Formats: sequence, structure tokens, C-alpha cells
Amino acid sequence: MTQNSRSLPGPEDIARKVLPNGITLLSRSNFNTPSVFISGYVAAGSYLDPIEKLGLSAFTATALTRGTENYTFQSLFDKLESAGASMGFGASVHNTSFSGHSLSEDLPLLVDLLAQCLRHPTFPLEYFKRLQAQLLTSLSIRAQDTSEMAAITFDQLLFGDHPYGRPEDGFIETIQKITRKDLAKFHRQYYHPANLVVVVVGAVEAQSAFDILENALGDWQNPAQIQSAELPEIIPPTSTQRRHLELPGKSQTDLTLGMLGPKRKSPDYLTASLGNNILGQFGMKGRIGDAVREKAGLAYDASTSLNAWIDGGSWEVSAGVNPANLQKAIDLILQELRHFIEEPVTASELADSQANYIGRLPLSLESNAGVANSILNLERFDLGLDYLQRYADLITIISREAILDVSRRYIHPDNLVIVSAGSSK
Amino acid sequence: MSSEFIQEKLANGLLVNLKEIHSAPIISHWVWYRVGSRNEISGKTGISHWVEHMQFKGTAKFSSGVLDRAISRDGGYWNAFTFLDWTTFFETMPADKINLALELESDRMVNSTYLPEEVNSERTVVISEREGNENEPLFRLDEAMQMAAFPSHPYRNEIIGSLEDLHAIQRDDLYAHYQSHYAPNNAVLAIAGDFDSAEMLKLIHQYYGPIPAGTVHPHVPEIDPPLQEQKYCEVKGPGDTTYLQLAYRAPAAANDDFFTMSVIDSLLTGPSSLNMFGGGGISNKTSRLYRALVEKEFAIGVYGGLQATIDPHLYNIDVTLRPDRKPEKVLSIIDKEIERLQQTLIPQVEIDRAVKQARALFAYGSENITNQGFWLGYPEMFDHYDWFTHYVEKLNQVTPEKIQLALQKYLDPKRRVVGIYLPEEVQA
Repeated sequence: MTQNSRSLPGPEDIARKVLPNGITLLSRSNFNTPSVFISGYVAAGSYLDPIEKLGLSAFTATALTRGTENYTFQSLFDKLESAGASMGFGASVHNTSFSGHSLSEDLPLLVDLLAQCLRHPTFPLEYFKRLQAQLLTSLSIRAQDTSEMAAITFDQLLFGDHPYGRPEDGFIETIQKITRKDLAKFHRQYYHPANLVVVVVGAVEAQSAFDILENALGDWQNPAQIQSAELPEIIPPTSTQRRHLELPGKSQTDLTLGMLGPKRKSPDYLTASLGNNILGQFGMKGRIGDAVREKAGLAYDASTSLNAWIDGGSWEVSAGVNPANLQKAIDLILQELRHFIEEPVTASELADSQANYIGRLPLSLESNAGVANSILNLERFDLGLDYLQRYADLITIISREAILDVSRRYIHPDNLVIVSAGSSK
Repeated sequence: MSSEFIQEKLANGLLVNLKEIHSAPIISHWVWYRVGSRNEISGKTGISHWVEHMQFKGTAKFSSGVLDRAISRDGGYWNAFTFLDWTTFFETMPADKINLALELESDRMVNSTYLPEEVNSERTVVISEREGNENEPLFRLDEAMQMAAFPSHPYRNEIIGSLEDLHAIQRDDLYAHYQSHYAPNNAVLAIAGDFDSAEMLKLIHQYYGPIPAGTVHPHVPEIDPPLQEQKYCEVKGPGDTTYLQLAYRAPAAANDDFFTMSVIDSLLTGPSSLNMFGGGGISNKTSRLYRALVEKEFAIGVYGGLQATIDPHLYNIDVTLRPDRKPEKVLSIIDKEIERLQQTLIPQVEIDRAVKQARALFAYGSENITNQGFWLGYPEMFDHYDWFTHYVEKLNQVTPEKIQLALQKYLDPKRRVVGIYLPEEVQA
């Protein structure tokens, strides 16, 4: 039925260019809709936050739009919103990321605003204070969120002193300690062109997109930049740790349990990812969903996730259950984890998940945002511009034994972190 | 991009909307039923949503796990949603695998089994879904607000249903609800993506053509009269944050005033995106209420929203307060802003801005085939497909005078519900 089908993005149609000041630019054209999506990152994230000022990188990222040398907060957003465009910044452990969306006619505007925020933020005191109050309220709301609190505590117990164990948005007491000067200093030290990757996907020729970006960012230099520190080693837990957070007045208890997982560049990653799909993603959420939701009817949500970053990762199971069913759900999940490392997945489970991974790839690349974020990952993890085209082969060679072997190395049902948050009553 | 819209009605009453889009080898297949919480009677709230869940539990031909496995194996994804006026099921698949979607959706239109053991296990799943919602302060406030805003119309009920009804509803209730609403003559089939329309129509006749028309007697509620007074409701619960919510009765989607209200929404609280499946939104930092409340440090955030519905629903304004501010003061600021708009004509340029925002949001939404499939069926649930194709044109017809009249008619402080969520100490 396919007629003018696109092939998967690859070296033939992803343009890449490194500017003399170190900025990496990537672009892929798509003229099917009159819009463009821009995304990228500066390699500066919460791993650089002083521990007593945790949340500094995220605070800095949000504050970038609060005023620049050429725009006030209101004039910047008036330009954006009048064009029907959007732009936002946020920080994760390793990166400060940004994204923007506009009609293609407004790409020069979007890039100008982006460059202003990245290069010339002024962090006006009035907005610093307003934003600080907003962040503190967000943290109060977070403190009431059973799912978020379970996830944060899980990371703390699993990753210990490594930055992966700390929430990027900090805590009330650390956000209170941050000053306006801290934001300006963080920006000065860690935002620089050699750290910057920008991807543009949409109704624009790659060369035009590069010209617009080079015009706005090509002369950026930052002599004040400093090198980042080394991160501590991640030490795996040696026994199961169980923690319950009591949040009064909640109908549902959220559960997160799990262990360490491979880093993104590990040769184990794709095998573990495919195993994870069988364990808690495929269809109505794999074996875990089948046991906890479909058969026992204990939860609306029950699934697993594999989170792989630069230094390491986590392999997690999460579920939301009635407080009375909490232990029953934990027992069912443990049973599934034990079974998963006792014997290989079945041939049909493997074939199902392989077909699922290969078949869904074009669906994840439907929108400009989907393509841009995929290209960004190719760059971030050095996967190569032909990775999406090689992907089917990489998935096809994974065997049942390989999944068992990798799962046995990561899943240790007696060394888990188990966290619940809710009202025990 | 080639994109051709074709509409056909089968002999059994099934309305078919097709749109060829050849930007990617993907097809999105949607079946929409004209049944939602609007059609529920007292004691059976939540039944439409629970029926939607049961539709994943299998037929004589495909037992429950089989369907799910088959879709996922082909790299597709599927899901379903129950709303006020409708229930919808979709599959987005690689183009060469679309027959599976046609086969399974036509089968479960009439052949679902509703095994008693599946009903009971799904009861706890739905209750668990509701309990997850109850953890959120705004769900609890919303539930109270709707009750106050609609004295008798079923829009007063949460779509998921009351806990009491979720315990009481039985297998035969669910099956009867299914039989009386799931029929080709109560449905719209919408397919967008990489296909040839003539070939697709052949397939549609093959799969859906043989299903006989059903006897459909949906419960059609009476429209509540406009609110005669300002009502208050207060919800207390855990947390440290106070929320203020206002609900005004809004025009139905087919009413021309709906488009005027969309512009008002953009002016007051920023443009709402009607794309439910991708595209992203536009921030609201230059909207009037953001400037009056967030910039002046009364609130942390403010959002507004309008639903496209058959009967008049609500225009909501939600405010998250700063901890040191009082809801009464915030309310008076909102009232002043609305009053100012009611008294002076806005410049035409502000309408032009809302039109451009809508144009951008539709462009973002059309990047994604699933969202295009959504648009092909969704407007049929409260009006016709034309509603979508004429949307930007209708916004262009809004004038400063129409805005002033609509503000006076709909945003009347004497006819609304004011809701406050107050945090309180809860005993551990």
C-alpha cells in the first residue's frame, strides 16, 4: 500500500556540521507540514550543582527566558506567542535541554530568541524571586505526589551519592539557598559553544537552517568556561532496601521497585531493553502488566522501564495500587522477576518483541519532534547517523540466551530497592 | 502533500471518513461511538468508560491477549478513550498491516463476550484508576465543581463514575450498554494515512459492510437551564497548596459563539490546543490573567479550557495560588480583568493573533498521522467534519463586538461556580 514512503532517517538525509566555535548542528528536512521543530542541549546539568544548592542547573535553565540583553520577559514571550511558537528549557542530570516549535516562516525568530536566551540572559532580580517562589510551590505540590515521591526516594536509595540519586529540581531547602548570582555564575561557567548541539527538523532546507543558526550562534565564544568534575562510582546495593513514605489522605499507593541497569553505551543496552519490553512493556505492559493488571486486577498501571544514561541506569517496576493490595502486588512482581532470570523468554515472546521494536520505529518518527529527538540521541550517545537504518539488524540478532544472560547480571531479586508512597491506614 | 477527504455512508448506517496522507508509511484507524458519560443514567455512572475497558477483553474470534499481541507484534499501537459525548478506539499501524485493525474493530463492534470473570477483575482495575485520580487535588475539586455546575445533566458526573456505581454495576448492565450503543449506525469510522481510498473503501465494505444496523436508543439528556446564581464549593484535602477554579457555562461546539469563546480563552488564559494526540502547545505568558496573577505574584500558574461538546459544557479557569495569597483577592482580580474586557472593545490585532496561534497549532498537529486520524472523526461527535475544516475561517469571522457580547453573555459572575481547594492537616 505504500506509495511515497519515506525511508528511515540516515546519513543521506541528515545533514551535520560543526561550526568553528565547536557548535554541532544537525538538520533533516520534512516539507509535509509547514512547521519546524528545534531541539538541542548544552552539556551542563544537575551533576554540576553544589549539593547544598541542588536544583541550580534547572533553576538557571528556566530563568533563561526571564529576560535577555535584547528582550524583557514579556517582549520575548510576546514575540513567541504572537507567532504561535513555543520554546522551553529544562535540565536533566547531564544536560540543559531546549526545544522550540514554530511555523517554518518563523524559524529565524525562534533561533534569534533561542540564541538570546543561551548567550545573553540577564537573570533580572525581580524574575529571579518570582521564579523561586514558583519553584518552591512546585516542590510543595511534588511532596504530595505519591508517584514522584516514590520515584525520587527510589533513586536516592539506588544511586546513593551519585548525581543520579538526586532530583534535578532540588529540594525546598536547596532552592531557598540559591541566589541570583549563582544562576549568572552557573551560566557563565558551563554554557559554552563547544558544549552545544542543535537539531532542526521540518519545512526548511538544511543549508538554510544552518545559515540561520550560524548567523545567530557562530560568533559565540566563552573564555570563562571551566571543566567539569569527575563523578563518583555507582555502587550496587548488597541487600534489599524497603522504604515506605507515609502521605496522608491518599486513595492510591504508588510503588517503585528495581535495580541498576546498563548505561546507554553498554553493549548490554539493547538486549536489556528488549528483555524489558517482554518483562513490562509489550502489549498491555508485558508479563508484569499481565500478572498485576490483567490477571489479578490489582492496578490500572503496572509496567517496567529501563532508564539508561551516560554513567549508568536503572531498571524499574512501577505500579499504583490500593493500599490493601500493596504487599500482594510486590509479591507478584517479585515472582515475575525471579521467573524472568530462571529460564529464557519463550521464542514467541522474543519474536513478538523483536517485531514490535522494528515495526514501531517509523511510528516514533512521525512528527518533527520525534525525528529531532532521535537525531539528538544519535549525537548524544555516538550511535552513528546510520543507527536507525542498522536498528532492525541489531534487534534481530538478539537471542533468548543473551536476554537471560543480561537479565541475570542486572536483576537480583534479593538486592532490590523497594519504595512505596501513600496512606497505609 | 496529497490529502484528499472522502466521505461515504454504508447501507448499515456507518459513516466513513477517509483522508489519504502519504508522508509516512503509516495508517491510523479510528472507530468513534456516539456514547459517553452524557448518555448515562443515575446509578450507572462510569458505565461507558467501563464498557470501553471491556472491549479489550476479547471476542469469540480473538481472545483478549491475542488482539493485543497481534497489534504490538506488527509494531502498531492502540488505545481507547471515553469522554463526555463519545467513546473512541484507535490503532496506528505500519501501512501494510492495517487489515488487522479493520478486522478486529469490525469484530468487536458486535462480538465482544463480556465474560463474568473478566468483568470482576476489570472492576478493581477501574476502581484503581479512580483511586489514582483521587490522589490529585484538582480531580477532587473538578468533581465537586461539575456537580455544582449541572443540577441534572450527566455532565455533572465524572466520566470514570462514582465509586458507589463502580461497585454496583454488573455484567449484564455492561453488556446491555454495549449492545444498545455499539452498532454501525451509531458509529463513525475515520482512517487517515498512506492508502489508496478506492482500495480502502473495498476493505471497509468487506469488514464492516456485513454488520447489521442496531437498535440504538441512547439516553438523551435535557439541557440544564443557565445557572441562576453564583455557587460556591469548597474541597479540603492534603497538601500545602490552594487552588481556585471558576466554571462558567459555555456554548456548545456547534454554536458560532464557541469560536468566539475560543478567542476569549486565548486572550484570558492563552490558546488551548485541541490536538489530543501530539503537536504540543503554546505558552500563555502574555495572556491577561497570567499578567494579572502570575506577573503580579498572586499565583504560580493560571490555565483555562473549553471543551467541544454536544450540549453546553463549561469554560474553566484554574489558578494555583501562591501560598501567601487569599483566593478572595485572586477572584476579585480575575473579575476586574473580565469586567475590563466586557467594557472595552479589543483591537482587531488580538483576534488576528489568536487566528495565527490556531493555524500554528493545527500545523503542529498535522505532523502526526494519529492526530490527523483523530481530527477526521472527532468533530463528527458534536457537529460535522466541516467544523474542523472551517475552524480557522470561523475564528477569522470573530469580531471585537462579538467578543464583547460573548463576554457579557457567558462570563457573568452571577452565573458561575467558584471552587476552592483548601489544604488541611490530615492525620497520618
